Amino acid sequence: MKSSRWLRLMALSTMSMLLIGAVTVSAAVGGRLEIFSWWAGDEGPALEALIKLYEKSNTGTKVVNSTVTGGSGVNAKAVLKTRMLGGDPPDTFQVHAGQELIGTWVVAERMEDLTSLYEKEGWRRVFPEGLLKLLSTDRGIWSVPVNIHRSNVMWYVPGNLAKWGVKAPTTWAEFLAIAPALSAKGIVPLSLGENWTANHLWESVAVAVLGPEKWDALWNGKLSFKSPEAVEVWKAFGEILKYTNTDAPSLSWQQATDMVVRGQAAFNIMGDWAAGYMATTLKLKPGIDFGWTASPGTGGMFMMLSDSFGLPVGCAARENALAWLKMLGSKEGQDTFNPLKGSISARTDSDMGKYNTYLQSAARDWKSNVIAGSLAHGVVANERFMNDFATVMEIFLQSCNAQAAANAAQAVAIQSGIASR
Amino acid sequence: MHSRRDELLAVLVILPSIVLLAIFVYAFIGQSIKASVTDWGQRAALSLNPEIHYVGMQNYKDLFTGFLGMRFRQDLTSMIFFTALFVVVALAVGLGLATLVDHLVWGEAVLRTVFLFPMSLSFVVTGTIWRWLLQPRGGINQLPTVVGLPAGQFLWLSSREQRLAFDWAALPHYGCWMLAIALGALAWTNFRRARPGTARRQAVATAALLALAVSGVARRLAILDFPEMHGFNVAIWGVVIAAVWQQSGYTMALYLAGLRTIPDELREAARVDGASRFQIYRYVELPMLTPITVSAVVILGHIALKIFDLIFAMAGPDHAPTSVPAITMFLKTFRGNEFAVGSAIGVVLLVLVSLLIIPYVSTSFREGGDQ
Amino acid sequence: MPAKGATRVFVQALALLLAVVYLIPVYMTIVTSLKSPEEISHLQAWSLPASANWGSYSIAFRRFAPYLKNSFVLAAVATLLSASMGAINGYVMSKYPFPGSRVVMPLIVFGMFIPYQSVLVPLFQFLQKTRLYGGLPGLIVVHVVYGLPITTLLFRSFYAEIPDELLGAARIDGAGFAGIFRYLILPLSGPPFLVVGIWQFTQIWNEFLFAVTLARPDAQPITVALANLAGGQAVSWNLPMAGSVLAALPTVAIYVLLGRYFVRGLLAGALKG
Repeated sequence: MKSSRWLRLMALSTMSMLLIGAVTVSAAVGGRLEIFSWWAGDEGPALEALIKLYEKSNTGTKVVNSTVTGGSGVNAKAVLKTRMLGGDPPDTFQVHAGQELIGTWVVAERMEDLTSLYEKEGWRRVFPEGLLKLLSTDRGIWSVPVNIHRSNVMWYVPGNLAKWGVKAPTTWAEFLAIAPALSAKGIVPLSLGENWTANHLWESVAVAVLGPEKWDALWNGKLSFKSPEAVEVWKAFGEILKYTNTDAPSLSWQQATDMVVRGQAAFNIMGDWAAGYMATTLKLKPGIDFGWTASPGTGGMFMMLSDSFGLPVGCAARENALAWLKMLGSKEGQDTFNPLKGSISARTDSDMGKYNTYLQSAARDWKSNVIAGSLAHGVVANERFMNDFATVMEIFLQSCNAQAAANAAQAVAIQSGIASR
Repeated sequence: MHSRRDELLAVLVILPSIVLLAIFVYAFIGQSIKASVTDWGQRAALSLNPEIHYVGMQNYKDLFTGFLGMRFRQDLTSMIFFTALFVVVALAVGLGLATLVDHLVWGEAVLRTVFLFPMSLSFVVTGTIWRWLLQPRGGINQLPTVVGLPAGQFLWLSSREQRLAFDWAALPHYGCWMLAIALGALAWTNFRRARPGTARRQAVATAALLALAVSGVARRLAILDFPEMHGFNVAIWGVVIAAVWQQSGYTMALYLAGLRTIPDELREAARVDGASRFQIYRYVELPMLTPITVSAVVILGHIALKIFDLIFAMAGPDHAPTSVPAITMFLKTFRGNEFAVGSAIGVVLLVLVSLLIIPYVSTSFREGGDQ
Repeated sequence: MPAKGATRVFVQALALLLAVVYLIPVYMTIVTSLKSPEEISHLQAWSLPASANWGSYSIAFRRFAPYLKNSFVLAAVATLLSASMGAINGYVMSKYPFPGSRVVMPLIVFGMFIPYQSVLVPLFQFLQKTRLYGGLPGLIVVHVVYGLPITTLLFRSFYAEIPDELLGAARIDGAGFAGIFRYLILPLSGPPFLVVGIWQFTQIWNEFLFAVTLARPDAQPITVALANLAGGQAVSWNLPMAGSVLAALPTVAIYVLLGRYFVRGLLAGALKG
């Protein structure tokens, strides 16, 4: 940038004027590893366990655990991006595997290729092919996945369904058939929470309407968002929204889950962190107090998302960061973290005995199902698309006009480089 | 008078502050403007050396007339409605409180404290508290049940209702009408004041504008090639209530100070002339408060135009019905990686605030003279 | 001016009623913060807790302690620095006007009104280049600089009230620029320092935008910590409410103890007040 010399000049003059400017923050390298993540609260213990494991095998290295939560994740992004822009990266940071990583950091050439690490550790054999594809570009593999979450899960309370005389629907047509009767009883057929949970629901509907191949085609630009199939997604989504709660925007996803648990709502579609919430926080028994199935129309499909860590170019403690990544990808690392986090191991050789009923069923599906990437959680689309997709959703929620939303989605896809004109 | 040495010393002492402000205010504004007319690395915005191209006014054009600027345009509309409502309500409530407190017989100190203490809170605290109070199924809506009435049903921040909708594409058309009305009014006053020349010229301009508006030419000057409705999001009321709760103490303090500086002789004189209590209030006290109202409008207005933390804490950044440009700027910059567009939104905010502030600051200092 | 007759009762009653309305959020905050998580439900939001559960406060305090400390350091240092610089500036502006100072003053004051969004991107780049980004020193610099307009303005109007004759007399006694400030102006500056100090401390303590964008996690002030807690996931409302009380306590305490000066700061902030 041309202005950099000018900025430096201003900087110098300011420094000389401000006596307090003497304090700098550049960290001493050596026995230090800074991890940047948005895991805190319920997810804190799982990360703590990983840090303990790391410190056991890397004695003398002090792990600095920087977490930023809140603001729907945008606060963490603000802090990370202001740091990276100034060339002051943390040693490693959490990022959703897929386009959230690639579209922001890899295209900007801020990440190191991890292919050699994958070769050395033999990870190409233990991570599923579909996952590796999402982590890679033609120039390398860019991050190490720590976990796998499933996005397309529908939750319910078996006892309540029996009481109301309904079964968990396997298609959206079935859902729309039973929903009016539930509404008539004063039960919300499908509970929904704040803004991003609407995106989350949308992707489950979309993959059901389109099927996994066309879903992929949407993201590599081969299928237009204005195509009749894609418009159909919005129409179906609009029909389904009619059976959701009106106060959705003021509820967190947990409160939306609570509606199902308390019998105020019949179903909820949420990622499988909801299982962790119900089993650990609410102390409910999987399979008995709460049940689950693939969201309608997505049987045999596993819509995945994954938290991963990468290696930023120019980080202060590169060797320590590499050791961290090596541990994350190991069987021990994955099986330490995931049972606590309520997710499954990305590896196909994990020790199933350590996982609960729900996670065992998810792990079976992970090995056998068709894998699709999540939109709401950064796998298939870059951040620019994600950010503007909120506007698209807004256009739809305000106007309920499927064609208008589809047009807007296509415009966003073009602008963010997903589709060509 | 002052020795040369002292004068030099004075300048040297204040120079660091001036240089710092020149950098942190004016140079940075310049940088933002410069960034706002570029594409800032496009998709590789986070490169260490992003490729930056000059794109002219493209970012501004996209915001105001582009297909995907819709969120920004609604934000701008919401911000203007919020500003108007917040300023008017806060002034009215503050004036009411000041009048009440001024007439109190006892407990003035305590009550003044109660009305003023929200001022000392941060917007984040206020937002957090009111987020809980405005839960659709709890809080304020449950209040009537305490006395046995049915619970309120209003969705507050979650409401998607929109009132006073207008078509953004037809802004030139509306502008035409508004200008015509303003000019017409001017022409009428000038006519009454026996300035026929000016009045005639203004009348002709009014007629021309009216012709443009009525003939539909202005409507065809649409700035979008599709109709796009924006309006007052009812959800904004929740934010207005929280903001007024926090800031009305400020207007109260201003008005109270104003009421206390009115010399008693003025009231006494009016009373001797047979004015009632209300008449004294209406014709003696209120007019004396006008300059305070002007100050308060400017101060509250610029707070409202910049509002960010309150909404961030109350409804989160992704809740479009209560969003304002400051929030979209944050999202565009730090989530969408569109630093140039973020800068452009910042500059638009600056221009709006300046429209309010520059006349105020410059007249203040002109009137104040050199003291 | 106190009311008389029947209006007197009416005025008194109405004012009390409004005070109750203004205190509703306080009641709700305290009641919710003292409930146990199981006890919190929308339907019973207004009822008193079965028994006071102070646990939320100890949890919130443990979680917030480092951020409260950050806020204290930040607000104290930045207030001190910006007030001191403001005092000197105000002294120069009111007693030693220089050629162009009449143009400079409005330009300085304009700085306190700008929306900080319009300088945010260059600001964090600048802090990165100066290696000030991320820590408290950087935040302090930012708050000091953007505090200069208001502190300069306030001190200028205070000092303008000190008669020039006093300075003239001191000058005859041989005092110069520094001597007059040290021995004449400073001893008179107690109240203005209090007013400016309270104003700046409250402003800096309550600030959010800079705090959320310019600080690393370990240097974040309390406002960010509270927003993270309340906007984060899976929190029952007792914690954010207890956290709000903790975050609000210092500025509310200042206000209750030194309310007089706080109001004066508010009024002076309105330029002509």
